[in-house]
Amino acid sequence: MKIVALNGLLGYGYTLESWQQALACNPDIIGVDAGSVDPGPHYLGSGTSFTDRFAVKRDLSLALPEAIRKRIPFIIGTAGGSGASPHVDWLCSIIDEIAQENRLTCRYAVIRSDNSSEYVLEKHCQGKVHPLGPLTLDEEKVRQAAHIVAQMSIDPFIRALDMGVDLIIAGRACDTAIYAAPAIRAGFDPGLAYHMAKIMECGSLCSDPASASDVMLGEIGPEAFTLTPMNPGRRCTVERVAAHTLYEQENPYLIREPDGTANVQDCQYEQVDARTVRVTGSRFIPADTLTLKLEGSCLVGYRAISIAGINDPMTISRIDELFTGVKDFITENQPAIAPDTYQLHLKKYGGILADPDPALAAQMAIIIDVVGQTQDIAGTICSVARSRLLHFDYPGRRSTAGNLAFPYSPSDIKLGPVYGFCLYHVVEVADLMENIKITLGGYQDGQPV
Amino acid sequence: MASLSDLAQILRSKNAGPLFVTFDVIFADHASFDQVLASHILTETLISQLYDVPAADVRIIPYAAARAIKITIPRKVISGDIRDTDIYGCQQHLPLGNIWIENSRGDI
Repeated sequence: MKIVALNGLLGYGYTLESWQQALACNPDIIGVDAGSVDPGPHYLGSGTSFTDRFAVKRDLSLALPEAIRKRIPFIIGTAGGSGASPHVDWLCSIIDEIAQENRLTCRYAVIRSDNSSEYVLEKHCQGKVHPLGPLTLDEEKVRQAAHIVAQMSIDPFIRALDMGVDLIIAGRACDTAIYAAPAIRAGFDPGLAYHMAKIMECGSLCSDPASASDVMLGEIGPEAFTLTPMNPGRRCTVERVAAHTLYEQENPYLIREPDGTANVQDCQYEQVDARTVRVTGSRFIPADTLTLKLEGSCLVGYRAISIAGINDPMTISRIDELFTGVKDFITENQPAIAPDTYQLHLKKYGGILADPDPALAAQMAIIIDVVGQTQDIAGTICSVARSRLLHFDYPGRRSTAGNLAFPYSPSDIKLGPVYGFCLYHVVEVADLMENIKITLGGYQDGQPV
Repeated sequence: MASLSDLAQILRSKNAGPLFVTFDVIFADHASFDQVLASHILTETLISQLYDVPAADVRIIPYAAARAIKITIPRKVISGDIRDTDIYGCQQHLPLGNIWIENSRGDI
């Protein structure tokens, strides 16, 4: 079975030449990963996409119409960057436009993987939610979560493929599920399927030269899978493919999935021609308990920042002491703003006083960083901290006109709501369709039916 | 004597999910891969000191098929925490790269 990964992330781009080459290979499936948790908690929390609308529409416009016309199933995972309902809706609106502009006729499935706080807390009470690392479950934060999703497994994708749709728009999914689902559905070994999926989900990052903005072809057979980049200027090498097995993984040998683990410890990597690598030996061990990975993000506060440069070496060398003075000043002079309603930090860059001559010290950049319960509180504390630090007079100071070089006017920037991960846990489930919602839809000549 | 950064072809850090940072040290040939392993310099204790995490939380796993050593540690602040300065965790590799590797044979 031939499966094409359009690129490493929908919106990253790819060349038309690579896409044409992919089509010429007569693929069975075209897939693309449309999201990630790497960009942090903001996008899941706020319901906005970290991928740009214009860039995403470009990537889909060039590929989707042709895939539909050629009747090649097209699978999109983790729609809208984070895969909760608002993100899925956002991507669906882009697809509505593409369908209309290209007068498409097709059937699609939308697969949602949202979870409620109540569901998570109920499972937590049953002892079925387990941490994955240094993030403990705080019930209040889970209650306040803005969005919670579970990384869906291959099962919902297989269910949708069984329904004979041309296009799958899935919410938060395991990156591997997009590519492993069709292969496992067709009867290929899950160990090989998950391993191939893990590597190709980043597009052409496993080739030389590497790029997440280019097309990759994976072909799976009974004993092995191969990877070939679709850009003729790139080649997959044993080194690159083996190295990419490690990428973003906690453990080099084990790829953990909802239904088991792919063990790649005894894999063999072989260069079959100048541009193709063949992999054998990946083994799948089914899990005793089915689990899904939960991601949740909740509002933490509102942020205001001020960025500045400092050149004066005496100020640089005393910056921590000055900032402590600023915090003391605020506590004394702004008693109306309770200290537990904001957090004030200083982020520092550079300013390495490597040379014994202070006159040669490098410039330092600082960020006065405030997160408050309201945007107004954050803005006020930021402005007071900024003005105090600007004019802070310390014994021996010579540059008495001002301590900070602001690159911008306004010097204070309001960043809006700040979110934090309140869930990164696994939940035990009875079956992998738990909380999955599949809805069917279609277009006739570009109009929704 | 050479630093890990001198000896490695690839030296990278990246989030493995928002709670962990994983480092990959990948060598161009088996000689340098074997040399670093044989030096026994990369220990959980050293990594715990460099990155200020408990040694019990450090995992060091060689992967010979890729001539790689993978090291995974919990993030001191999770991705997106108010105090975070590296959301993706991809600029944490410098302390690891600066480790000096002794060569008992005296070359490199």
